[in-house]
Formats: sequence, C-alpha cells, structure tokens
Amino acid sequence: MPKNAEDAIVKMEKVNKWFDDFQAICDVDLTIFEGERIVICGPSGSGKSTLIRCLNGLEQHQSGTITVHGTELTGKDSAVRQVRENVGMVFQQFNLFPHLTVLENCTLAPISNGKLDENAAHEKAMEYLERVQIPEQADKLPGQLSGGQQQRVAIARALCMEPKLMLFDEPTSALDPEMIKEVLDTMVSLAEDGMSMICVTHELNFAKSVAHRIIFMDNGRIVEDQPPDDFFERPKSARAKLFLDQILSH
Amino acid sequence: MADLLIEIFGKPQGIIIFQLLSACRFTIYLSLIAFLGGGAVAGMVTLLRISQIPPLQRLATSYIWMFQSVPLLMLLFLIGLGVPRLFDINVNPWTAATVALILFTSAYLAEVWRGAIESVARGQWEASFALNIRYSLLLRRVILPQAIKFGIAPTVGFMVQIIKGTSLAYIIGFNDLMLAGKRWANAPVLGSEPFVVFPLMAVMYFCICYPLAIFARKLEAKSLTGS
Ligand SMILES: Nc1ncnc2c1ncn2[C@@H]1O[C@H](COP(=O)(O)OP(=O)(O)OP(=O)(O)O)[C@@H](O)[C@H]1O
Ligand SMILES: [Mg+2]
Repeated sequence: MPKNAEDAIVKMEKVNKWFDDFQAICDVDLTIFEGERIVICGPSGSGKSTLIRCLNGLEQHQSGTITVHGTELTGKDSAVRQVRENVGMVFQQFNLFPHLTVLENCTLAPISNGKLDENAAHEKAMEYLERVQIPEQADKLPGQLSGGQQQRVAIARALCMEPKLMLFDEPTSALDPEMIKEVLDTMVSLAEDGMSMICVTHELNFAKSVAHRIIFMDNGRIVEDQPPDDFFERPKSARAKLFLDQILSH
Repeated sequence: MADLLIEIFGKPQGIIIFQLLSACRFTIYLSLIAFLGGGAVAGMVTLLRISQIPPLQRLATSYIWMFQSVPLLMLLFLIGLGVPRLFDINVNPWTAATVALILFTSAYLAEVWRGAIESVARGQWEASFALNIRYSLLLRRVILPQAIKFGIAPTVGFMVQIIKGTSLAYIIGFNDLMLAGKRWANAPVLGSEPFVVFPLMAVMYFCICYPLAIFARKLEAKSLTGS
C-alpha cells in the first residue's frame, strides 16, 4: 500500500459535526489511500452514516478539514459538485428512482451532467449492468425487481459516473438473507478491480476477506483503526470487544 | 336556445334558465382563469418555497400564510372595493375577481404542492445529489413525477372549491351565475321566487362540481393504491 500523503483519496483532520447541540462526529482524523478498502462498524447511532455522508457533502461538517481526491469540502457548491464527480454512493434503501426504468436510472446522471451523450450513456449503463449481472432487467422498473437486484442496479448506477471512490452505507441491511450474498459478491468483484471503497457494514465475513482496515466507531469517535485480523482477534478497546461479542453471539 | 327553453318551461322559467345557463359561462371562465393563473403563480411560489435560499423561502411562506388566512370574501372586497377607493381608480369586476381568486388559489395550491413534494422520499433527493444531477433536472425528472402522485387529487378537489368560490364574486358586481340568480330572485316577477331560482342554481353548480369531485375521488383512490 502506498503511503504518500499525495495518494490520499480521503483526508479528514479534526473533523467535528453537530446536529443542533448533539455532536455526531468528534475530532475525527482519517486518511484513506487510493485503492484502500475500509469497513466501518460500530453500534447504532455511533456516527457511521454521518461520517461517510460528510465525504460527499450530504452532510456538512462544522469544523476541521475534509479533502476528497484533492478537493477540499469547504461548503462551497462548486467544491461539493467537484467531489461528487469522483464519489459514488450506495444507500441502505437503494433509493432508485421508482418511475424510471433500470436503464434510465443509470443514464440520467451521466446525461444530465453532460458527461456522455445518450448513446454513450446507454452503452456504459449496459456495460455496468452486465458487470452486476442484470443486463436483462434494463427495461424494467425498479419495483419489479427483487431487493438484491435493486441494490445491484444502485451499484451500477453509481459506477456509471466512473467514481474514484465508492461509499456504501449498510448496503445489505435492508435485504432478505438470501439476497445478501449476490450484493456482497458484486462488491467483492469491485474490490478485486482495485476500487477504493468505504463500506459501513456488519457483514463480518465480508469485512475479513475484503477490508484492508476496519474502523470501529463509538459516540462519534474513531475508537479503533486496524487491519481486520488484529481487529477481530485482538480488539484494543473494551467497547469493541463488547460490540464483537454481541455481533458474533447471533 | 332561449326560445327552446321558453317553449319547454314557459315564461318566465324558460328565460330564467336561459339567463342562468349563460351566466354559468362566466362562472366557468372565471374558475378556469383562477385555476390556470393561480396554478402558474403557485408553481413559482412552490419553487421559492422549496429553494435552499432562506430569504426566498420566507417570502414564499409569508405569501402562502397571508393569502391562506384571509377569507376570499375579504380579498374580493379589498381588491374590488377597497383598492379603487384608495387609489381613486376604476377596477372592473372581472379584474378584481380574477386577481382575488388567483391570490387565493395560488396560496392554497402552493401549500398543497409543497406538501406533495415533501412527501417524496428524502432518499430520492439524496441519491440525486450524490449523483450530481442538476437541480432543475432533479426536480423535473426525479421529484415532480413522483410528487404529482400525491398532489393531483387535492389539486383537482380544490377546483371544486374555486368554482364555489367564484360565487362570492357577485358581491363586487361580477356577472356570474350567482349574480344572475340573485337578480331574478329579487325581481318582483311571478315564478322567479327565491325557492324556484336558488334550487335551479344549486342544480347548476352541482352539475359543474360533481364530475370534478368524482374525478378527484377517483384520482385519490388511485394514488392511495400507489399506481
Ligand atoms: N439529520 C439529523 N438530525 C439530527 N440528528 C441526527 C441526524 N442524523 C443523524 N443524527 C444523529 O446522529 C447520530 C449518529 O447518526 P448516524 O446515522 O450517523 O449513526 P449510525 O452509526 O449510522 O447508526 P445506524 O447503525 O443506526 O445507522 C445519531 O444519534 C442520530 O440520532
Ligand atoms: Mg447508519
């Protein structure tokens, strides 16, 4: 893993974020390098979603600096747009556009941003739908697909923007157990292609086999930041031990 | 037409019905203008209301709040009678009724449409933001097509309120079904007593409003089943 500061795709320094007077992110420092795969876990309400939503400007931090792929998120619109050009996001609830076909879901953004003309956007969308193994569903509406298929469309939709970094916020939590695997497999294949990714998930097997680092959060702070082997075998904090015990016990 | 009605209903009922029917025209015109004009203004107010710019939001909120809390009758008085006095100008009843109804309609529809837009799942905005979709396109392609589902039934339902609302415009001398009817009811003519004329008018209002009400209910049932 290259460790020069210039290769950092995400750099957070002393980041704080409040919702009114509740502090959701406390003094977070985090550097992530190009090609790294990070899994974030932690108890509910610990700020995992808020953290990754700060990385593409869905939430605005109030102090500290966040730099993504060389652009600092200053709160200016142009900076946010610049960052979003490079960052794809996949949500727990898929958030597909229900009234547009799978193909239109994938082509809307690239066409709108003037990135691609219609033909090129179609071609690219089909390419990524093949990647996630559902090209045959291109003309259906999202509602006609299973949850696992919908989430794979959401991944393809994000990939159509050719992001340098992918954010996943509990991508399998809303899925029936039998559909989790197909989505995780898609993510593994992305990982194998060297995509930088930050993934909030409690899928520990996925974390073990794919992540370079596990970040454990509690009360808005990063409590641990370790390679998976160390994290799972030798968690440093009592909080992480407790968390792992709870998760592994069912 | 007039002759035919006189032949069927005799005098003066035939004449009354004819005059009432032709006055219906103006009721319908005024309603349409109020609806289209009010809709256009409401569209702009809604855009301001959902904009991310606080002063514009406040402007829109005040507009909605102001014209929603004033009775339509007050607006009519104010514009039809107050303004002409105050500035010593002539405001014809058409203009006054149109302006008052547009203010009234636009405030109501803007509120309905804001609600419809806010009913669209938050995640739709977030996904669009994350994908960097331009704001205008986001509204046009993502949000509005879904908001229409929530907004269409109350919008059509409100048309009924507008049509009934136009009846108040007689008070500033607007020559609609209401004024025509009231003239006849007050006229010392045998067969044009209030108990004859007003039921006739009620039937006419009913015939205009009922199909709309049914249509609104159909739309509502449809949007509830989520298609
Ligand atoms: N928009 C908001 N307004 C107010 N408080 C919020 C908002 N979003 C999140 N919070 C609060 O911030 C804290 C962190 O929320 P966050 O969603 O980041 O947690 P999380 O770690 O993702 O939890 P979960 O595992 O339940 O998804 C929570 O206490 C939450 O109630
Ligand atoms: Mg979360």
